[in-house]
Amino acid sequence: MEPHWLVRPRTIRLLWAAFAAVLAATVAAEFFVPMPAHEGLAGTFAFGAWFGFAACAALILVAKALGVFLKRPDDYYDEARDD
Amino acid sequence: MTEVLHPGLLLVAAGLALAPLKGTARAAVALVVPAAAVALVLALPDGVVWRGTFLGYPVTPFAVDRLSRMFALVFAVMAFGGALFALRQESRVELPAAFVYAGSAIGVTLAGDLVTVFAFWELMAVGSTLVIWSAGTAAAYRASMRYAMVHLAGGVVLMAGVVGHVAMTGSTAFERLALDSPAHWCILAGFLVNAGAPPLSAWLPDAYPEASWSGTVFLSAFTTKTAVYVLLRGFPGTELLIFVGLFMVFYGIVYALLENDMRRILAYSIVNQVGFMVVGIGIGSQMSLNGAAAHAFTHILYKALLLMSAGAVLYETGRRKCTDLGGLFRTMPLTMVCGTIGALSISSFPLTSGFVSKSMISQAAADGHLTAVWLLLAAASAGVFLHAGIKFPWFVFFQKDSGLRPPDPPWSQRLAMLLFAALCIGLGVFYQPLYRLLPYPVDYVPYTGYHVVEMLQLLLFSGLAFFALLPLLKRTLTITLDTDWFWRRLGPAAAVVLARAISRADRGARGATLGALRAGVRATGRLMSERGGLGRTTSTATMVLWVAVLLTAYLVFYYVRQP
Repeated sequence: MEPHWLVRPRTIRLLWAAFAAVLAATVAAEFFVPMPAHEGLAGTFAFGAWFGFAACAALILVAKALGVFLKRPDDYYDEARDD
Repeated sequence: MTEVLHPGLLLVAAGLALAPLKGTARAAVALVVPAAAVALVLALPDGVVWRGTFLGYPVTPFAVDRLSRMFALVFAVMAFGGALFALRQESRVELPAAFVYAGSAIGVTLAGDLVTVFAFWELMAVGSTLVIWSAGTAAAYRASMRYAMVHLAGGVVLMAGVVGHVAMTGSTAFERLALDSPAHWCILAGFLVNAGAPPLSAWLPDAYPEASWSGTVFLSAFTTKTAVYVLLRGFPGTELLIFVGLFMVFYGIVYALLENDMRRILAYSIVNQVGFMVVGIGIGSQMSLNGAAAHAFTHILYKALLLMSAGAVLYETGRRKCTDLGGLFRTMPLTMVCGTIGALSISSFPLTSGFVSKSMISQAAADGHLTAVWLLLAAASAGVFLHAGIKFPWFVFFQKDSGLRPPDPPWSQRLAMLLFAALCIGLGVFYQPLYRLLPYPVDYVPYTGYHVVEMLQLLLFSGLAFFALLPLLKRTLTITLDTDWFWRRLGPAAAVVLARAISRADRGARGATLGALRAGVRATGRLMSERGGLGRTTSTATMVLWVAVLLTAYLVFYYVRQP
């Protein structure tokens, strides 16, 4: 059976290309939209772009590191009831 | 007392009336009464409506201002949408309990004094516990008991604070409180327990996802947002709340990222979103308080929408875990679209309701020159898109093909989702009516080129991070330990150890006492036995001798006493 059009590799490649174009457009928009002058970090070029990416990467890594210590099998509390 | 009907008590009464009803009558009451409550709230006059006395103190159980009207309105709307979504719920307990719960939440917002706040606060705990309990599973029963314990404990702390406040000031009025006495700290702690603040925050993701497919929709709306309301009224500008709120924001994101259960993901994101509101309350400017109130309003709608779409998936498939789900977009397109609209709203995407509310809190941080707070809020906004905005729809509706082909849910659920999706988009585009409801005059334009471009950058690049780091986000069949470990594992384990120690000490003490008693009995027996000192048979001569000795002693003492 033919897979759903949305999950064909061709569509996914196209979606990635479109996504990349949109990302570039939001950064390029800084040249056309008046941006108020900010000091420090918030004043850097494409602040939202790099900060958003960096913040998410950091959050994922923090979560991953915390998971090493705090993850348990999802029947963890069920076992607790049996004894 | 004027002739104004109390919309909260109307819902509570409707909840009691609903219990015996079935079929069309039940559906009619469930839809007409919340609609009437919405109309009543919109028509409420400003000022004190009911006055009375309680134990000699004047109380105002029914008082209205802009802030209380706004929260009462969204609670009433939520009761309507939740009832519509829950029409097919077979439990005879859930809907009545949810109405009592919603009505008492409205009761808190319309209470002018702390005594009435407390009374409705406890009624909310009862109603919400019953909503969880009515799911009917053993897990739900246990979760509802843990939930009730946390909330009753919070209620006791609140009660202590209220009594202390009344004893100190002689007034029951619910006004702005300063953190200048133990009583006020107790009130703040009681409020924060319900907000899902640390250290007891785990009650929320523990209990809410155990409710039925429709029960969680109700639960998401009232308890935490009532807490936001009372914090807005009682503790605006309390700096501590900025730190508490920031902790909640990041705690919610990190735990939601680790979570596998779709409704626990959304439960953690409630804590995250309430964190934004608590930060706004802590900043305390008119802009930030407006932002916190507006965000509570929009949050109730989009979080309900998200949990409706998750509830529809649960209703159709009976599954909750991301590892079991995926690829549902093929056969549940409407649920997917509505869930995605909720996900975009919670992420504050431009043209959705979250954008016009959350950006006010960030703006207030910038205006107050709180640069660190502003940066952390920006990072958190990106994180919201990550953990709720993409993660939820991606793992439930796309991801892999789970092979499940469930249809969209029945019309009542579809209608409720469409209604709330329309509200999420509608408030994002036509935000003026929302701004007019806010407690303070609004001087803020959400749609400037700068705001939109920066938000789009933040969100879309966090989307890029999500897909780039997707292998790190692979779902596993795990839970993540939270503070509920202390009362689900450490507490019981400590109790077992303590019980063993007590039983050992008790056995030892009883053994020693019995041994001592036995030794005493043996010694007495020996003394009294035929050969013992007191028990043996002696001759009459010995008796006479001893009597003579006694008489002689008596004589000696008699003469010695003479002067």
